[in-house]
Amino acid sequence: MIEAMAVLFGLGGALGGGLGLAAYYLRVEGNPIAEEIEGLLPGTNCGQCGYLGCSAAAEGLAKGEIGVAMCPPGGKTLASQLADKLGVEADLSGMKDKGPVTAFIFEDLCTGCTKCLKRCPTDAIVGASRQMHGVVDDACTGCEVCEEVCPTGAITMRPVTDTLMTWHWPKPDTGLAA
Amino acid sequence: MSDLVGGPHAHSGSSISRTMVLVLVALTPATLFGFYEFGWPAVFLFLVTVTAAIAAESFALALGGKPQKPFLLDGSAVVTGWIIAMTLPPWAPWWIGVVGSFIAIVLAKHAFGGLGQNVFNPAMIARTVLLISFPIEMTQFLTPQPMFTGGSPGFFEGLEITFAGHTAFDAVSSASLLGAIKTQLGLGVPVNEVVGGSLSLTAMALGIVPGSMGETSAVAILLGGILLLATRTITWHAPVAMIVTMAVLAGLFQAIDPGRYPGPAIHLVSGTFLFAAFFIATDYVTAPATGMGKLIFGAGVAALTFIIRTWAAYPEGIGFAILLMNAAVPLIDHYVRPRIYGRTRSGEPIRYEEI
Amino acid sequence: MKMFRIKGGIHPDERKDLAAGKAIETVPLPSLLRIPLQQHIGAPAVTVVEKGDEVKKGQVLASARGPVSAAIHAPTSGRISAIGRFVAPHPSGLPGQTITMRPDGKDEWGELPAPIEDPFAVEPDVIAERVAASGIVGMGGATFPSAVKLGLRNRNKLETLVINAAECEPYLTCDDRMMRERSEAVIDGIRILRHALGVERAIIAIEGNKPEALAALKAVCSANQFKDVLIARVPTRYPMGSEKHLVQTLTGKETPARALTADIGVVVHNVATCYAIREAVRFGRPLISRIVTVSGGAMKRTGNFEVPIGTPISHLIDHCDGFNKEPDRLLLGGPMMGQPIASTRTSIVKGSNGVLALCPDETPARQTMPCIRCASCVSACPCGLTPFEMAGHIRKEELDAAVKIGLLDCIACGSCAWVCPASIPLVQYFNYAKGKLTAQQRAKHKQEETKRLTQFREERMERQKRAKQEAMARMKAEREAKKKAEAEKKRAKQETIGA
Repeated sequence: MIEAMAVLFGLGGALGGGLGLAAYYLRVEGNPIAEEIEGLLPGTNCGQCGYLGCSAAAEGLAKGEIGVAMCPPGGKTLASQLADKLGVEADLSGMKDKGPVTAFIFEDLCTGCTKCLKRCPTDAIVGASRQMHGVVDDACTGCEVCEEVCPTGAITMRPVTDTLMTWHWPKPDTGLAA
Repeated sequence: MSDLVGGPHAHSGSSISRTMVLVLVALTPATLFGFYEFGWPAVFLFLVTVTAAIAAESFALALGGKPQKPFLLDGSAVVTGWIIAMTLPPWAPWWIGVVGSFIAIVLAKHAFGGLGQNVFNPAMIARTVLLISFPIEMTQFLTPQPMFTGGSPGFFEGLEITFAGHTAFDAVSSASLLGAIKTQLGLGVPVNEVVGGSLSLTAMALGIVPGSMGETSAVAILLGGILLLATRTITWHAPVAMIVTMAVLAGLFQAIDPGRYPGPAIHLVSGTFLFAAFFIATDYVTAPATGMGKLIFGAGVAALTFIIRTWAAYPEGIGFAILLMNAAVPLIDHYVRPRIYGRTRSGEPIRYEEI
Repeated sequence: MKMFRIKGGIHPDERKDLAAGKAIETVPLPSLLRIPLQQHIGAPAVTVVEKGDEVKKGQVLASARGPVSAAIHAPTSGRISAIGRFVAPHPSGLPGQTITMRPDGKDEWGELPAPIEDPFAVEPDVIAERVAASGIVGMGGATFPSAVKLGLRNRNKLETLVINAAECEPYLTCDDRMMRERSEAVIDGIRILRHALGVERAIIAIEGNKPEALAALKAVCSANQFKDVLIARVPTRYPMGSEKHLVQTLTGKETPARALTADIGVVVHNVATCYAIREAVRFGRPLISRIVTVSGGAMKRTGNFEVPIGTPISHLIDHCDGFNKEPDRLLLGGPMMGQPIASTRTSIVKGSNGVLALCPDETPARQTMPCIRCASCVSACPCGLTPFEMAGHIRKEELDAAVKIGLLDCIACGSCAWVCPASIPLVQYFNYAKGKLTAQQRAKHKQEETKRLTQFREERMERQKRAKQEAMARMKAEREAKKKAEAEKKRAKQETIGA
């Protein structure tokens, strides 16, 4: 009787202590999934999701505070990647995939106020005060921040069109193979 | 000009329906011989089974919301129905054929996703389900009564046998060849006494023995098999692997105890073995993709068949053997793959010493 | 000569008889030439002429940019009428940078580099330089800059030059005709190339279905007693013209995955490239025209034509009296690996070996059925792949799984799709997957770049903020110091007053 109790208590104590030690010494700093998620996000901290930057948004996603369809620049592609990563079922059918876009500045409307220039998270807009601004397509993530701040509505988002360098064959029609 | 079409812009002209037609042509000798051997009831059962297969296909397509025409015209349903008919006792009642066709098409094929998606051979599923569900109807064989001879039922008697379950007809009902051998061996009769008389090897090879409609004549089946090989519809791998494995196993055991174990010749020409080797084990959908995989598959089918025939309760084990090996196909295909050009079997680029 | 077997392959309907009997014809100059700047693998050429310039035949219009590129020369004399975007000879039909030129009809040669009198006496590098200056690219369709291939001499230990004269694509007969009609020049070009690579022997590989070409080349070799050129009759089987498979047929050696044939000591050049190299070396003429097979059931007249680069395809078709019926497909290249073209306004480029107008009975449009796992594609694949399995993965967007079983080892020869009884567009699945993977990589690269930019910006903002704060602090301190000083002064003043 006493023997059995001793064994069980001993076992319980040893295992519990082990777990406690493991929890203390092997603790993982930060949320690892949040870091992985952050790697997927555009990383431009545009703030359209409502968080202050992409790492905050990644934390939010990891905690489940926000749905996967939260990032306009990332679009549907990112949403499905996030759903995969988080292992959640997400109905993305309603989410329209506008595809990648980049900013475009109408020359005759731009007053050269430099507001967009200051806000652009990737420095994709070049120009100077009272001079026409231009967009460096390769650096633009289509985050739409500039569109919002432009006082004259001179900026619009245009879908990125295929070029000879980027075009590839479309996926074939699957025919009768369901 | 049409919309953007990717290459190649030439085609061999092969098609699924062409393949299926070739299989049907190859089945014809054995079928005609079956009709001749077993008379009008066999013809009616055959027609009912094939019609039911087409009806089942149409029904399943409608249920799945798939277009009827391309799938009905691809010929796969006809092939399935035809093969089921070939494996039935020739005087079985009509509903056996209908039930078999529906099981094959609806359950074994369309429940898995339709053409090309089934894991198990539909005809073998049908045969096995029927055998387990209706053991009496499925094991009532008869000694051949060649058409237009005295013993053969006429057109209307044939109708009665197939559709009215006419049992009064005094055909000599008997067990199939393998069943007979199994029973006799079970009674302690040595092999050489069992095989003899009406069960001579020649008779078995020609198919003048009790058995299913289309699988008794080894000669007629071989003829079809050669046609399939010659037209490159099938490859040699699975049939050869099956025949060699069966011959080796049967020979080995006969050498151990000639009185207890029938030899290779009996195993090869009896039952559905050759039929399965050329028409079932070569089914594209349910066999491995590579030559090596097909060899493994064929050898496995033959070995399982031998085991079931020799030690299990059923006289014929090929249906089970095929289904068991079907289940192993994804595994075989996963591990047995061709070597990629410029790479070793393990997938690493080839290395040359001098570079 | 001993041949080695290759795996897989198919025997498509050759249909070479449509044009094989037709001698090479020259085509009259069109009223406009449209010369794309991207006619080769690598970076597009950079224009060195301007709109309105008068140019002479053979003059450089655009020069090579970077190590893998090729210069482009004026196919005739005339005036540059535009430099801009124009629909490219590409399945997408998207525009690319194009020089438009209006021939003046005089066809006057400009100043050409001096002919190399005895090519066998000069250093190989001299020939390589000439080849680069002449804008020569692989003319079998791959359009890889030839000078780069000549440079492999410095990187690998080479033993053999293989001349690809297999011409395994159905319909095409341009190489066949060139070998028959210009056999002397072809052999000369091959020997120059052999010298330029510094190898002992050259093997010309011709498929058995071209006995006349074989005989013509043999006659030249035996008449001149050339010991350094061997002529090999390779089996007629598609894709014999695939570089790695041709080398294996001839040498028995398999090129390792992701490596070049040069890594096993063999360099392969197309036979038409050899001719172009000879023209450049012996006469200083750059690559400004090529031989094109025009064929197909929808053509009124078929044949082989020497066409200036930049000739609109419509001009070539008109020269062949147009179509006898509406073609089902219009292709640049052969039926197996050729590309459909969106418009006949696009032009013949350096890699265009054929223009095919196929009618429906030649390219039956078929209903795609589900895969029945017949594994015909597995037996047909010359690369040891399982095409049906790869396509299955790609259909479900499992691109990584497709890569794992060898997608990137696929040479897109089309043998699998040719045999497929279910008519599954396997090649398009693979092209789609390869393209999508590249696009994904590009997107990932861009994401990394933009992240870096954001970081820079944040650091800069931080710096600016700090600088501002520091400035503010400094100003405050200064102000305070000033105040203090003033207060001091005031007090001192008051003290002096008080005193």
